[in-house]
Amino acid sequence: MNATPTPLDFRPFGESTPRPGNPVKSIHVDPKGAQDSVYVRATDFSIFYGRAEAVCKVNIDIYAGLVTAIIGPSGCGKSTFLRSINRMNDLIPSCKTSGQLLFDGVDVYDRRLDVTVLRKKAGMVFQKPNPFPKSIFDNIAYGPRLHGVKSQAQLAEIVEQSLLQAALWDEVKDRLSANALGLSGGQQQRLCIARALAVNPDILLMDEPTSALDPNATSRIEELISELRGKYTIIIVTHNMQQAARVSDYTAFLYEGALIEYGETRQIFTNPTRKHTEDYITGRFG
Amino acid sequence: MRISTRKLLDRSFSSVGVISIALMGLILLVILVPIFRKGIGALVFEATVEHRRLILDNFDHGDDLELAAEIKSAREARQPVYEMVQAFESRQQAKIDSLRPDLETLAERDDSMGRLVARRLKRLGPDEDFLEQVETIQQLVPRLREYGDGDDAPKEIAAISSGITRITSQTLAFAELKEVLYDLLGPAPGEPMPQLTRKQYGQTRWEKARETIDHLFFIERWDYSGPGMGTLVREPRVEQFRETEIEPLFAYVEGHAEAMLQPRWTLYWGFLTDKPLDSHIFGGIYPELIGTIYLTLGAILFAVPIGIIAAIYFTEYAKAGRLISFLRACVSTLAGVPSIVFGMFGLAFFLNVWQLPKGVLAGSLTLALLILPVIIRASEEAIRSVPHTYREAALSLGAGRWRTIVTVILPAALPGILTGIVISMGRAAGETAPIIFTAAASVAAPLSLNPLQAWDQPTAALSWNIYNLCTEHEAADEIRHVQFGMVAVLITVVLALNLFAIILRARIAKKLKG
Ligand SMILES: Nc1ncnc2c1ncn2[C@@H]1O[C@H](COP(=O)(O)OP(=O)(O)O)[C@@H](O)[C@H]1O
Ligand SMILES: [Mg+2]
Repeated sequence: MNATPTPLDFRPFGESTPRPGNPVKSIHVDPKGAQDSVYVRATDFSIFYGRAEAVCKVNIDIYAGLVTAIIGPSGCGKSTFLRSINRMNDLIPSCKTSGQLLFDGVDVYDRRLDVTVLRKKAGMVFQKPNPFPKSIFDNIAYGPRLHGVKSQAQLAEIVEQSLLQAALWDEVKDRLSANALGLSGGQQQRLCIARALAVNPDILLMDEPTSALDPNATSRIEELISELRGKYTIIIVTHNMQQAARVSDYTAFLYEGALIEYGETRQIFTNPTRKHTEDYITGRFG
Repeated sequence: MRISTRKLLDRSFSSVGVISIALMGLILLVILVPIFRKGIGALVFEATVEHRRLILDNFDHGDDLELAAEIKSAREARQPVYEMVQAFESRQQAKIDSLRPDLETLAERDDSMGRLVARRLKRLGPDEDFLEQVETIQQLVPRLREYGDGDDAPKEIAAISSGITRITSQTLAFAELKEVLYDLLGPAPGEPMPQLTRKQYGQTRWEKARETIDHLFFIERWDYSGPGMGTLVREPRVEQFRETEIEPLFAYVEGHAEAMLQPRWTLYWGFLTDKPLDSHIFGGIYPELIGTIYLTLGAILFAVPIGIIAAIYFTEYAKAGRLISFLRACVSTLAGVPSIVFGMFGLAFFLNVWQLPKGVLAGSLTLALLILPVIIRASEEAIRSVPHTYREAALSLGAGRWRTIVTVILPAALPGILTGIVISMGRAAGETAPIIFTAAASVAAPLSLNPLQAWDQPTAALSWNIYNLCTEHEAADEIRHVQFGMVAVLITVVLALNLFAIILRARIAKKLKG
C-alpha cells in the first residue's frame, strides 16, 4: 500500500488539477490494476456517537474507478462509515471521529477543509429517493447553480448529460419542467443519481439505493451502476448480498463496527477467509 | 378488545367529530348570516330621491339631469302637502289675528298685565314665524288665568284665554306633525338651509322613510293606567286634525309616498369608497377601510421578516440550552398576552420613548408585536415539518447551511409560513385594543395612498370605529346599517384573506407535490 498521502493542498479539488499517479477518471476495469489508485483510505478510523463506538479502527483502501460494496447486518455501521466520507455526520453534534480518513489524498477531518468542496467531490444517493419538490430541471440544476453555473445553455447541457448518464433522459425529456415528485420511485432514485452526477463528482456514495424500490426499478439501478463503473468511484452500501455480488468489484464486510474482511468480490463470495463472513453471506445470521 | 366493540368505538368517534364540525359550521352560519343580511343593507337598499340628491351634492356620483327631473316630479308630488300645511297655518294665523283687538285693549291697561301683553304683542304679526307666535301667546295663558281670578278683571279675559287654548292645543299637535314631515321630506321649499347635513335632506333610505310615515300616521304613547306593565297605544294622528285643512294630508301621503320620495333599489358602492358625512349618518367608510388596510399591511411588513428570521434561528441555528428554552417560553407567553397590554406597551414605548407620532407607523408596529409570536410559531412549525431528507440532499450537493435554508427549506415551508401570515393578517385587521392609543381616530381624513405621507397620520379603522359607532355615537340607533355594514366589510376582509391563504397554500402545496 502507498503510505505517503498527498501533501495537504486545499485546492486539490479544483477541476483541472490532475494528479499524476492518481488518474481518477481513467477506467480500471481490471480490479488487479486498480490497486495503485487508492481514492479513499481509512487508517485506524473510528466513529463515535457520544461514547458509543459505531465504527472501530477501520483500515481500508477504496480504489478509484471501481465499485466497492459495503455489506453487513443492520446496525453494523455501514451508513455511519459511508456518511463520514462526505462528512454528513457533521449534522449529528454527538458524532466524533478518530484516526485518519484520506479522500483523494486529503484529510477529510482536517479543520481547514471546506466541506462544501468535499461534498461536491463526493455525490451521495440516499436510501429513500429524496428529490427536491421542484421541477426535474431545477433538481438537476440545483448543484451546478450552487457552484456558480449561471448560463442557461450550460445548465441545459449539464441537465441533459446527467440525465443521459442516469439513463433517465428518454423518460423525462418532454417534461423537464414537471415536478420531480410526480415521478415513480425508481425514476426518482435515478433522478437523484443524475442530480449527484450533475456537480461532476469523483465518487458516488450510495446508501442502500434500492431498498425502497421494487425489483424492476432495482435492476435498472443496478444496470446504471454497472454503466457508471469506471467513470466514477462508487461505494454502495447494501444488505442485499446478491446485489453486492452482481455490481461490485470489491466487497467490505462490516460487523459490529469492525471491518471483518475486505477483498475482491469474487473472492469474498466464493472463498471468504473468515468464518464470520462465510456465515453472513450464506445467510446463517444477519 | 373485540373487533365489533372497536368498530363501534371508531364509528362513534367519527360521528362525534362530524357532529362537532357540523355544529361549528352551524354556529358560524347563525352568527354570520344575520350580520351579512343587515350589513348588506348598507350597500344594497331602496334609496329615495333624497339619497340621490345627497350623493350628487356631496360626492358627485350620479346624473344631474336625470336627478333634476326626479326632483321636479317629487316636488310636484309634495306640493299638495305643503299647500295643506300652508292653508292650516294661515287659518290659525287668522285666528291669532282675530284675538288681536282684545289683546290690544288689554295692553292699554296701566298695570303689569297691560305691559306684559304690550311686550308680547310686538312679537305677533304676519311677518313672524307662526309657531313662535303660538308659543308667545301660549305663555300668556297662566298669567291671564291668574289675572282673571282678580276682582277688577275685565270679562273678556276668559274669552281670550279660552281662545288661546283652542289655538295652541291644535298647534302643538301641528308642530309635531311638521317635525315628522321635516324628517321625512327635508326642509320645505323656501325654508333656510340648516347647517347640519342630516337636517338638509329627508329620509334617504326607504325603510326609514316608511318608519317615519308610520310616525306620521300614528301617535305612540305608553298607557300605564291598566294593571301591570304599560301598554303601547297607537292613536291615529288624523284624529287631532279632524275637520281642518290637514285632515286630507294623511290619505294623500298614503297614496303618494312613493311619488314624493321615489324609492329605487340601489347598489351604493360609495359605501366603500366615499368619506363619511355628518359623522357617518351618510356616506361611506372609505377612511376606515383604507386605515385597516394600512395598519394590517404595515404590521405584516414588520412582523413577517422578523418572525421568519426568528423561526429560522430557533429551528436551524439555536443550540438547545437554557437561554433558548427561555426565549421560546417568552414567545409562547407573548402569544397569550391580552391585546390591550400590547396597546399600552405601544403607547409607552413607541409614542413616549421613541416619540413616534400617533399614527399608522406606531399602530403597525404595535400590531406587529401582537402577531409576531403567531408568525414565529407557524414558521417554526412549517420549517420543522420540512422533511430532513431535503436538507440532506442539499447539503450533500455542497450547499452551505444558509443556501440550504434559502433554496430548499424556506420554499418547502412556504405554505405553512403563509398560513401563519394570513391568519395573523386577519388578527391584525380585527384588533381594536392595540390601536386605540397608537393609531386610531374616530374621525380622520382618509389616509393618502402614498405611505410617505400617511405614516404619521392617525387614522380611522374598521375595528375601532365599529366599537365607536356602536357605543359613543349620538345617534347609534339611527345608523345600525352603517355599523352592520362595517362589521360585514371587516368579516369579508378577514374571510377573503383566509380564503386567499387557503387557495395560495393549496397552489403552492400542489406545486411542491407535483
Ligand atoms: N444519530 C445517531 N445517534 C446515535 N447513535 C446512532 C445514530 N445513528 C446511528 N447510530 C448507531 O450507530 C450504529 C450504526 O448505525 P448505522 O450506521 O446506521 O448502521 P447500518 O447503516 O449499518 O444499519 C447503530 O448501533 C446505531 O444505533
Ligand atoms: Mg444504514
